[in-house]
Amino acid sequence: MRRVMSYLGVYKFSIALGTLIKVLASVAELLLPIVLSHILKNVVGSESVTDIVLWGLLMVLLSFLACIMNITANRMAAKVSMLFARRVREDLFKKSMELNAKSIDKFTIPSLQSRVTTDTYNVHSFVNMMQRIGIRAPILLLGGVVVTLIMDPFLSLTMIVLLPPIFVTVYFISRRGVPLYVKVQGSVDKMVGVVREDAQGIRVIKALSKNEYENNRFDAVNAGLSQDEKHAGTVTSVVNPAMNLFMNCGIIAVVALAAFRVNGGKSDPETVIAFMQYFTLISNAMMGVSRIFVMYTKCSASARRIAEVLDAQNDLVVDQTLPSTEEPYEIVFDNVSFSYNGVKEQLKNINLKLKKGQKLGIIGATGSGKSTFIKLLMRFYDADEGTIRISGRDIRSYTREELTSLFGVCLQNDFLYSDTVSENISFTREANIDEIMKATQIAQADDFICNFAEGYEHVLTQKATNISGGQKQRLLISRAVLKKPEILILDDSSSALDYKTDAKLREALGREISDSTVITVAQRVSSIKHCDVIMVLEEGEIVSMGDHEYLMTNCPEYKEISDSQMGGAFIE
Amino acid sequence: MNSKLDVNVKKYSNHSQEKLDRKTTKKVLLRLTKYVFKHWKLFILAIIFTLASNQLALMGPEYSGNAIDAINNKGGVDFDSVYYNVVMMLICYIISGVLAYILAVTMIKLSQKIVYTMRKEVFEKLNTLPVTYFDKNTTGDIISRISYDVDTINSTLSHDLVQVMTSVYTVVGALIFMIRISIPMLIIFCITVPVSIIFTKYRSKKVRPLFRKRTRALGELNGFAEEMLSGVSTIRAYGTEDVISKRFNEHNNSAMDDYYKADYYGAALGPGVNFINNLSVSMIMILGGILYMFSSNGTVAQASIFFITLGGVSKFVLYSRKFAGPINEFANILHELQSCFSAAERIFRLIDEEPEPKDVENPLPLDNVVGKVEVKNLNFGYTADKLILKNISFTADPGKTVAIVGPTGAGKTTIINLLMRFYDANSGSIELDGKNILHLPRKKLRKAYTMVLQDTWLFSGTILENIRYGKENATFEEVCAAAKAAKIHNFIESLPSGYNTMITDDGVNISKGQKQLITIARAMLSDAPMLILDEATSNVDSRTEIKIQEAMAKLMQGRTSFVIAHRLSTIEKADLILVIEGGTITESGTHAQLMQKGGFYSALYNSQYK
Repeated sequence: MRRVMSYLGVYKFSIALGTLIKVLASVAELLLPIVLSHILKNVVGSESVTDIVLWGLLMVLLSFLACIMNITANRMAAKVSMLFARRVREDLFKKSMELNAKSIDKFTIPSLQSRVTTDTYNVHSFVNMMQRIGIRAPILLLGGVVVTLIMDPFLSLTMIVLLPPIFVTVYFISRRGVPLYVKVQGSVDKMVGVVREDAQGIRVIKALSKNEYENNRFDAVNAGLSQDEKHAGTVTSVVNPAMNLFMNCGIIAVVALAAFRVNGGKSDPETVIAFMQYFTLISNAMMGVSRIFVMYTKCSASARRIAEVLDAQNDLVVDQTLPSTEEPYEIVFDNVSFSYNGVKEQLKNINLKLKKGQKLGIIGATGSGKSTFIKLLMRFYDADEGTIRISGRDIRSYTREELTSLFGVCLQNDFLYSDTVSENISFTREANIDEIMKATQIAQADDFICNFAEGYEHVLTQKATNISGGQKQRLLISRAVLKKPEILILDDSSSALDYKTDAKLREALGREISDSTVITVAQRVSSIKHCDVIMVLEEGEIVSMGDHEYLMTNCPEYKEISDSQMGGAFIE
Repeated sequence: MNSKLDVNVKKYSNHSQEKLDRKTTKKVLLRLTKYVFKHWKLFILAIIFTLASNQLALMGPEYSGNAIDAINNKGGVDFDSVYYNVVMMLICYIISGVLAYILAVTMIKLSQKIVYTMRKEVFEKLNTLPVTYFDKNTTGDIISRISYDVDTINSTLSHDLVQVMTSVYTVVGALIFMIRISIPMLIIFCITVPVSIIFTKYRSKKVRPLFRKRTRALGELNGFAEEMLSGVSTIRAYGTEDVISKRFNEHNNSAMDDYYKADYYGAALGPGVNFINNLSVSMIMILGGILYMFSSNGTVAQASIFFITLGGVSKFVLYSRKFAGPINEFANILHELQSCFSAAERIFRLIDEEPEPKDVENPLPLDNVVGKVEVKNLNFGYTADKLILKNISFTADPGKTVAIVGPTGAGKTTIINLLMRFYDANSGSIELDGKNILHLPRKKLRKAYTMVLQDTWLFSGTILENIRYGKENATFEEVCAAAKAAKIHNFIESLPSGYNTMITDDGVNISKGQKQLITIARAMLSDAPMLILDEATSNVDSRTEIKIQEAMAKLMQGRTSFVIAHRLSTIEKADLILVIEGGTITESGTHAQLMQKGGFYSALYNSQYK
């Protein structure tokens, strides 16, 4: 909480001024019942209509001032909290973008998403409410108690007795409500899950005539949801009637005790009327205070989650003092081993030397470590053992800018977003339309792009659901080849292309960016058989390495895959 | 996460509330009323509680005013009267409080009953809808109806309905009490009510659109953040974090501007309501003070309408609050009701959706299916002028394999959909064992097929339940055998909970390929005489595919099979290969025949050796 709240420091003057205005507004509101009681007690006795009107107008004036000052203070609070939230969110997003792969694995992407959105929102509204109710409620509460103590300490004490039960009722019931509504949300998710599955699997369900089964499955979650909602509602519905009852009991107690006080000449009926006004004020303030406590619980959890990300350490340190070696190779893997969690090794003793301009192919079953190899080369993770060098320099000595500028990448399940085709290809880098068109020609994407009515300005949907898998891959390859990178990485990025297009793509790559070192990860032998070096991976280890002809005679695993793929792909 | 996003996006767009015309509103209202009246006992109980609870709450100030008058008695405090009124107040408030709680619980019960039924109706309707409905409507849209729209109705029923009844009763009741106290003082409302109305207008015209805009802006910001975070590794790979962060800041700034703008104008709401309350108290003090002064010095006689006591003034203050509250809230409630009607209308539209046409009367019997399928001159299109399939004819003999190849969008999957009657043809016919499938019972027709599709559809349940889905009475041994045949048994056994492992949405523990193997195991369990494989092994890697080839061959054995595949090795062995381009069959025959012909098929086949 403190970490996140430190962002408020800059605004302390603004907050102080806002608080002052809020205090003045609350004082004006507190004065109202005093004036009211004064009119009834003293002014009416003076028998002057003018006086009554004047005192009455004073009340109007006070109400008006309170209103204006409250609005002003609220607006200042809104501004401060807006500026605060903007900065928190800005930093949080920036930090999330800079997290290393290990931290991202630990936080998980959905969790990062909810930290940037929901958690920041929670903290924002808390800071906002805090400056509004958070200041107003305690002042009204305290001021109300003080004023009533001065007016009539005895009557005042009877009201004060009622404050703890009000607090307890609102605070504890609301707090009990929170987990109940979390449970409701869980049930809603379950219900939505079944509907989603049903909508997506409707063909299977109809084919197997499983309507009854599905209806029963839904009925179970539906009934569960109703039950949870009923439970949560039944518990939280206590708050309002209970609050009203407490408030009214206070008024009753005041009236009953006032009878004795007035009889003894210690009080007067006009004070009782003022007390009724105060009591409404005070108990509403009490309710506000208890709400703040509830909000605090919610907010502090969110604040903690935000702080976790802000404080995350970057353990991928750049060490520019690492020695560099003269060697005739562009990429060197020197006995590299790696494991994500320290238990199962994803890569074991990888050795590789690749000259500039050479083409490397990697093939192997799912989970054999192909993508991990790529991730290590790009330094998403640091190897546990061994070193990786690019142009003789340990990759740990490259700054991030240096390193990323070397690569053009197309990863598995890669990222396309809701923007134009050309924006998705240039991917925020500066590129003119000629460069982009050149890239799409290499990637065999220009044909279908030109078929869009808006051409390169065609807007993709989120996750690019409005284009086919093969089209997606070709856009991603366009992005990767745009700047003619030194090292081009294609991780399973032509799997959805038909043989003809794949062949054309390979041909274009060979022609247009022959200087680049290319690493191709593929399932399909035909995608890599032309590579200078092919690495066959199994369970994180290199089974064999060599060109196609060599592997066909010396590597049974490779031959098996190749033979099975006699016959190509027709997708697209 | 995504489910939430869909719903959120929907939520925001729903907020741009389409106002219903009067006729539709009437219809929707009538239909909603029917749901409420189904539980008329609870509803009448609720009305009684509402009236009683409010009546008692209204009587409270009356007794307190009387008590003050008794205290302010000229001849000293009238204790008997004070006691009487205090006890009456206590009774009124306690009973009123208890009733209010029971009422709240009753309404929750009532609305939950209704909402439960609605969700049930919507869901059960979904399963009877033709497949085309799901092609035309996104999952997000359907989910938004069953969750967000139903929830809107829920909150209206459980909360706003009572508030409407309470408001009307309180406003009228408070007015009657105030008339009884002092008619001249009512003149105050000539000022406060117009102020309230202006205030309400400000709220609905100025503030509400701003809040809608702010919700939308936040939705966009969240959408952007979620989208970009999902691509964080690519962004880092290209080193473009700074540019993306800058863009995020632009979204952030504009969302925060909208947020602030809404807050800026919204900041007047709370103080505004307080001001109206305080204003009316001040006015009561001025007028009430004057009248009280003349009443207590005897200028105004007790019988005059201008007469007022101290207790009367006090009562009037309390009643004026009760009177003003609902009036301030009126616009809000109206808005809620409108949202509720639009939500209900959307739900009713789904419930009224045309289901799959019923089976013909006296359908032909379908037992012991042999599996001979004859397709004759088939034409199909969603609209008659735009045909997706044109003049398709072929015959699949029992136990033989038909392979369908062609570019994406050529209509391959549409043929499958027609075979299983997910769609019905515009003209032409499909016959199964010599019987037109339009005259067969749908359920039995579909049960004659087993299928493996490209989308690996599994539901959140255990692996066992998922494999058994096609044949509920299958024994565990049968399930294991099917899993073994699909080469997934060992993997399942290696999981900590084995066959009882839950398949969850995020499915971290199970890869896409493994999911597909599970669906293959599901198909293996079935004893249907016909088989459909639509890109069945597209997610399985080559080495695994080699391993399950034998199993697939076994699956196809003895079954009439329709295969859409991208690996030629499967297609090569088919008894009949159909090449579909642009909705028509351009080539057909065996592998050898088509290779000899030298058309599209042979060109594709040869391209792999380039």
